[in-house]
Amino acid sequence: MSVSDLFELFLRFTTLSLLAIGGAITLTPEMHRFTVVEHGWLDDAQFTASISLAQASPGPNILFVTLIGWNAGGWAGAAATTIGILLPAATVALVAYRWTERLSALPWVRAFRTGMAPITIGLLLATGWVLAAPNAGHPVLIGVTAVTAALVLLTRLNPLWLLAGGARAGILSA
Amino acid sequence: MAQPDSVRALFFTFNSLALRGFGGVLPWAQHVLVDERGWLERDEFVELLSLAQVLPGPNICNLALMVGDRFFGLRGALAALGGMLAAPLVIVLSLAILYSRFADLPIVVAALRGMGAVSAGLILAMALKLLPTQRSNRPGWLFVAAAFVMVGLLRWPILWVMLGVGLVSVGTARWRQAR
Repeated sequence: MSVSDLFELFLRFTTLSLLAIGGAITLTPEMHRFTVVEHGWLDDAQFTASISLAQASPGPNILFVTLIGWNAGGWAGAAATTIGILLPAATVALVAYRWTERLSALPWVRAFRTGMAPITIGLLLATGWVLAAPNAGHPVLIGVTAVTAALVLLTRLNPLWLLAGGARAGILSA
Repeated sequence: MAQPDSVRALFFTFNSLALRGFGGVLPWAQHVLVDERGWLERDEFVELLSLAQVLPGPNICNLALMVGDRFFGLRGALAALGGMLAAPLVIVLSLAILYSRFADLPIVVAALRGMGAVSAGLILAMALKLLPTQRSNRPGWLFVAAAFVMVGLLRWPILWVMLGVGLVSVGTARWRQAR
């Protein structure tokens, strides 16, 4: 990958960064079009693996962007996509946060906080639902989800035990 | 209300919560920041998360920046974000390097499916834990339900739901203030 390719990769991810409202995963079709279809910097299998590997490892799922960059252009590519996707959004987030803190007495800012909170909770419920839905035909996995939720709500058990138990249930029921 | 006593503490707290976050860091952020360390109240957590998700960028990264900034300004923001990304970056790149050797093992696929089911449960539990923050906001229940049905059941795009339901919900909150 040439320096101008790297620069193009970086620039494209900085623009995508500002569009990533509600999670960068919604931008995967655009990332795929740009890196795989348009430039052929990586192939379909590498692209898909980037997403599933990031989901399987600990930490923010945004790291799939790092793997796309790594597959496309090695270490420099990884740095280009990661910094590109983080920098503009992080700047906006900090500025917006300080602004709402400073203006927190304004009625509209207070209304925004009160009004957006229930939507955040509804979206979290929806995320859990969407994650569980593909397991609908698999009673063991649905059971794992239900038991996890119940144990977290009713006990102080460290969720790491639940993850270990879930992995075991997945293997035993396969 | 407890506080982190140094930028270092902030870095390592975010580091540890990120490393536990298989299939999603958010439930861990809630668990560690609210339940374990007591750096935020539940309703403060919901407010920060609400702002984090209407802004561009990954919610969890935005949240880390805001929590860090709240306690130690820019240095804190960078420490929190850096703490959350550093170790997972090393792990995800190592995994990518090893990937071709073990990705097809059925046992790995099965274990990951099981862990995925746990992540779903962790997120649901977190949402249910945050519900009581809406006790004093009666119309809020309606908007919780609306967001869940539109995004979870009908699979409408999040952006439009946030804009549409958000506008009505914020408007309602403003109107209730004025009364």
